[in-house]
Amino acid sequence: MKPPPFSYHDPATLSQAVELLATLDNAKPLAGGQSLMPMLNMRFVLPDHVVDLNGIAELSGVRITESRVEIGAMTRQREVEFSAEIAQACPILIEALHHVGHRQTRNRGTIGGSICHLDPAAELPTLACALDAVIDVIGPNGARQIAFADFPVGYMTPSIELNEIVTRVSFPLWPREAGHSFQEFARRHGDFAIVSAAAMLLVDPAGRISRATLALGGVAATPLRMHEVEAALIGQMATPETFRAAAELCRKVEAVGDVYVSASYRQHLAVVMSKRALAQSFSRCGAMQKH
Amino acid sequence: MDSAVDTRTISLTVNGKAYSKAVSVRMTLADFLRHELRLTGTHVGCEHGVCGACTILFDGMSARSCLMLAVQANGHELTTVEGLANGDEMHPLQQALSEHHGLQCGFCTPGMLTTLVELLRDNPSPSADDVRIAISGNLCRCTGYEGIISATLDAAEKMRAGGVK
Repeated sequence: MKPPPFSYHDPATLSQAVELLATLDNAKPLAGGQSLMPMLNMRFVLPDHVVDLNGIAELSGVRITESRVEIGAMTRQREVEFSAEIAQACPILIEALHHVGHRQTRNRGTIGGSICHLDPAAELPTLACALDAVIDVIGPNGARQIAFADFPVGYMTPSIELNEIVTRVSFPLWPREAGHSFQEFARRHGDFAIVSAAAMLLVDPAGRISRATLALGGVAATPLRMHEVEAALIGQMATPETFRAAAELCRKVEAVGDVYVSASYRQHLAVVMSKRALAQSFSRCGAMQKH
Repeated sequence: MDSAVDTRTISLTVNGKAYSKAVSVRMTLADFLRHELRLTGTHVGCEHGVCGACTILFDGMSARSCLMLAVQANGHELTTVEGLANGDEMHPLQQALSEHHGLQCGFCTPGMLTTLVELLRDNPSPSADDVRIAISGNLCRCTGYEGIISATLDAAEKMRAGGVK
């Protein structure tokens, strides 16, 4: 189908965009369009106004500090995928992006758009969950920061107001010797995950796990952070048996079922993907730390 | 609510030719190319970004023209399947597709070509797997893909040997 009628606005600055969203009724910001355009074409959304953010240069760009990667909300996924600096500082981000849609959609799709759309099976929200990303938003009442833990309030629903715009997504960096892994099971490359797992591990010189993170995508209405698994890993020797036992805890997650994939199969995949993600993370931990 | 359908005048370059046209702001770029510019080589399949038939090169980058508005092309440079051949001389990839049974009905072909032209520009020596991943967002119901993959590898080899851009 075709998009419904709407009025089109293409502000050149962020402050103009904020002003438009503050004053227009039933307005929708348009980022890369790889989710909103299908929703318009299928008339799942019927905005009176579309505020196109693609002309706002200040919303694009990557900055790497000592402690985090800061990505402007309108930065194209492709730009991040091919950033040598991010490959060095935060390789799991590149690994996750390889699963995001296709070449043609990553050329247009943005980091902020994917985070806002908050599809539970999408890779970037799952990674943001694992890494405790911070989301910067701005609206008529000023700017604020939202920790990813507080970001999803339900299925595809972020805790941002209708008149707010995401301006930046920041991913905290782990030490260089940390190991990472993004594992995904989907029927075809580029499909949304049936289940995905994002993990990072730090291992001390004695071979004990000193820090761990694990998040699951595709399993429930929002990405799931597996704190129980992380707690079971800390202080343990990094062995296949440790990873197997910890990943087994994922079998208890409350998973959703649909016409293609049952809840119990998602629980099974949650265990398998977690185990693989933890094992691969360990295999990539700094050589100095491996025993 | 202002329900009036807005129109805007846009100026853009398609296949090296400059155009300036008034368009409805809700018209997709795919429909603009087909209905306003009569460049019907760009095919419209699913209209929600799944089939890849409408893929064009937007400032040299592959993009789904059904997921863009025509107004967003204002000031940009586009290449559609009509812009790939050099006069009567087919692009090496077009030639290879015809020689390797890389198409039958031809519906997916414009999207395959634009996607693969970008791939070969960025990676002149792709593996079969690289090609598979590149066309993972383009559906073909005739060929089983194998002909498209062998055509791409053949075209890549010829382009490397011939120094074709």
